[in-house]
Amino acid sequence: MTLELSLNQQPAHARQGSSIGQPLTRRDGFLKVTGAARYAADNHPPGMLHAVLAVSSITRGRVASLDIEAAKAHAGVVEVMTPRNRPALAADPDAKDHPFMFRLDLLQNDQVRYPNQTIAVVIAETLEAATEGAALLSPRYEALPARVGLDDAESFVPRGVGVGGPAVQHKGDIEAGLKSARTRIEATYETPAQYHNAMEPHAIVAAWDGDRLSIDTPSQGLAMAQGRIAGLFGIAPQNIHIRSPFLGGGFGSKGMISGPQVLGILAARLVGRPVKLVLRREQMYGPVGHRAPTRQTLRMGMDGEGRLTAIHHHAKTASSTFDDFFEPAADASHTLYASPAITTSHEAVRLDTGTPLFMRAPGEATGSIALESAIDEAAHACGMDPLEFRLRNHAEVEPMTGKPFSSKALRECYSQAAKAFGWASRPLQPRLMRDADGFLTGWGMGTATFPAIMFQAEARAVLKADGSGLMETGAQDMGQGAWTAFAQIAADGLGLDIEQVDFRAGSSDLPNAGIAGGSGHTATAGMAIHNAGAAVIARLADLATGNEASPLFGAGNEGVLARGGRLYRRDDESRSESYAEILARAGLTEIEGHGKGAPDPASQETYAKHAHGAVFAEVKVDPDFGQIRVTRLVGAFAAGRVINPRLVRSQYYGGMIWGVSFALHEEAITDRRSGRIQNANLAEYHVPVNADVPSVEALLVHEDDPYVNALGIKGVGEIGITGTAGAVANAVWHATGVRPRRFPIRIEDLLV
Amino acid sequence: MTSLPITLTINGHRHELEVDPRVTLLDLLRERLDLTGTKKGCDRGQCGACTVLVDGKRINSCLALAVSQDGANVMTIEGVARGEELHPVQAAFIAHDGFQCGFCTPGQIMSTLGLIAEGQAGDDPERIREGLSGNICRCAAYGGIVEAVLEAQQQLAQADRRTAA
Repeated sequence: MTLELSLNQQPAHARQGSSIGQPLTRRDGFLKVTGAARYAADNHPPGMLHAVLAVSSITRGRVASLDIEAAKAHAGVVEVMTPRNRPALAADPDAKDHPFMFRLDLLQNDQVRYPNQTIAVVIAETLEAATEGAALLSPRYEALPARVGLDDAESFVPRGVGVGGPAVQHKGDIEAGLKSARTRIEATYETPAQYHNAMEPHAIVAAWDGDRLSIDTPSQGLAMAQGRIAGLFGIAPQNIHIRSPFLGGGFGSKGMISGPQVLGILAARLVGRPVKLVLRREQMYGPVGHRAPTRQTLRMGMDGEGRLTAIHHHAKTASSTFDDFFEPAADASHTLYASPAITTSHEAVRLDTGTPLFMRAPGEATGSIALESAIDEAAHACGMDPLEFRLRNHAEVEPMTGKPFSSKALRECYSQAAKAFGWASRPLQPRLMRDADGFLTGWGMGTATFPAIMFQAEARAVLKADGSGLMETGAQDMGQGAWTAFAQIAADGLGLDIEQVDFRAGSSDLPNAGIAGGSGHTATAGMAIHNAGAAVIARLADLATGNEASPLFGAGNEGVLARGGRLYRRDDESRSESYAEILARAGLTEIEGHGKGAPDPASQETYAKHAHGAVFAEVKVDPDFGQIRVTRLVGAFAAGRVINPRLVRSQYYGGMIWGVSFALHEEAITDRRSGRIQNANLAEYHVPVNADVPSVEALLVHEDDPYVNALGIKGVGEIGITGTAGAVANAVWHATGVRPRRFPIRIEDLLV
Repeated sequence: MTSLPITLTINGHRHELEVDPRVTLLDLLRERLDLTGTKKGCDRGQCGACTVLVDGKRINSCLALAVSQDGANVMTIEGVARGEELHPVQAAFIAHDGFQCGFCTPGQIMSTLGLIAEGQAGDDPERIREGLSGNICRCAAYGGIVEAVLEAQQQLAQADRRTAA
């Protein structure tokens, strides 16, 4: 290549202000408001049958009998799949080749290891017949006692937590730090099991054609799902086509292919016809993951000036009896507050539940509500304003590692959000504010943080003879706005107006876009798109600058700029040529380029990379009945470059409302005798409804980050929960003088 | 199951149908008539994703047996826009980002149309929030939904005034 088109370092046309940074409305908006967006369960191939799961009503034991005859005798029932006739698999669903491979319940035997585990699948001509067939199975069980609480099993130290991080980490001498402190606090907080409850239940429509498999199913990670299914069925990944253009929410529960989805594929294989299988809402409380319960103890020491001398964050959590996922709650204390001594530690028990999994801000959300509550307690113990205390302990380098931050506009977040909220007039002591109706009013705050993670992704870019562009990557849109934000990045990467770009995603036959998770999809797939655009523009520039007939001939190292479907000489923008002209002269119908997105190992080593934010909450509490209402939330977040402020704001709103939900609403309640979840439905498992949601404001704080990636993107999907949940809890304390120590906060906890 | 004959008018089209008495209006729409815009989130009347208008009133179609709706006039999300021309409520949902994943959106929009028809909400955000609280949005796009309803109501009121004048 003769010219220097180093778009990695210089996203030149991004600064031309075409698409990135514009608050475009969603490109999939029309489809979504007209009902035309086709989600997995909306598909209906010819000859399709309906499959319905029969699930265990016991928690542990074995299935002694099923009345298969009764089910099969029901009109319309075609087949009943049980361990006896389930088609063979090429791999053991209990095998675990790597930490990201989770064990699946695929009718491998008659054992029951958690409630709502599948014990049979009924396949019928209609949904009604399959449903009734499943009811007719009348299972009998041999049940064993259920182990359901954090104290019901022997505790151990897991080998790794989260994605394999160490269970115990130290910096400095924690006991010395506590000993030297002027003031100390110690507090224990409990968080419940939570279930993702995406509005769209997990669904699959599967059709076999010989050894080729066609699937419609929601997936946050198409290539991973394809690989997992290929391994289970012993077929080549490229023989599996998964379409997932729209996910009806994921929040982590659709990151890994789940057992019920694979059972849909098995059912289709068994009957030799396409099969649709959709989980019922109550069946989502078991086989598709959840956020594990935690009990966290924080010990902190502070010197006479309110500086932390020690933070010890210990978390007890739970996994299933048969697989490993340990909520890394204590790791929340690694990044936010400076302290000469920090210890984080985890222990766990094994319970008779489905395996917990990643749920929006896994570890960060649970850890944040405990840490931010403890920080509030520490500030109060020192007689300091909670914001002043946080500023006093502001981390200039990442506390655990000593690495500099790649960027950190947290101080601006604090000041902007505090100002918008009106924090300065807050009385230090609790229970001093009442509104006109006599409600106790409280103001609380929390710091938000989430790591800027990148995975691996690929994209393919094409420029066509008519001057238009095509960008392809198997990205997944679960509501975060991938269809729109990636098209914006694609348009800038190709130097085209967005209307000139055909953006394709959501299908496994496109380049691997990695996983939509860890708030890393925009950065990862975005960089792949950006680099693919740069690659094809470089090819185009070669064609032009190497040809004497082009006005760009000999542009050499001065390089060219791509903008609005034309290449311009950087040093003389009066000399330019359209893409169509360049391709026509070269006699080409199209050219293509490929790009990858991945973290840069060198900067990973050097910098700590995190998004930050500050959240302020106002609550009102009925002094007689203890009812709590969040009336106001103001957050300010700094997360690097914002691709689309309209969509980013929506991510923050959603995250913040999840924070409210964490503090006040959601909790799976387990019956201690049976081990079953008592509120496995959307009426009794509370999530916020419109009337629960106050005025929410999210401020976007400018932040340039030259180190996270060339586009400067961090990630916005999960950070909103962190900080917010603690801010609400701290506001409840400020209103009432009662310190919430278990979540969700209950009325009875305030009536003391 | 013995099928029963019913007649439904759906989005202005008359359908003569033979249905299994167990079939809900929701499953009839989704599984037999390819009107899959209406969504099933819980099948128990708890989430509102399946909201449709029956004789102008919003209902949870998962709680209504199809045979019990014989003779009814049903409007689903597919019947709201006129071709490419969106209804003001639909356009306002896009403009105010009143959705993310979009799965609850058909129900939110049908519920909004019902709410507006009920004349209960007015321009009070608190009453709109209350009136739409039967429709859960797990992405929590609630703020945008309320803004969208307020704007759409204004536009509809203006259009009414123009028609009257």
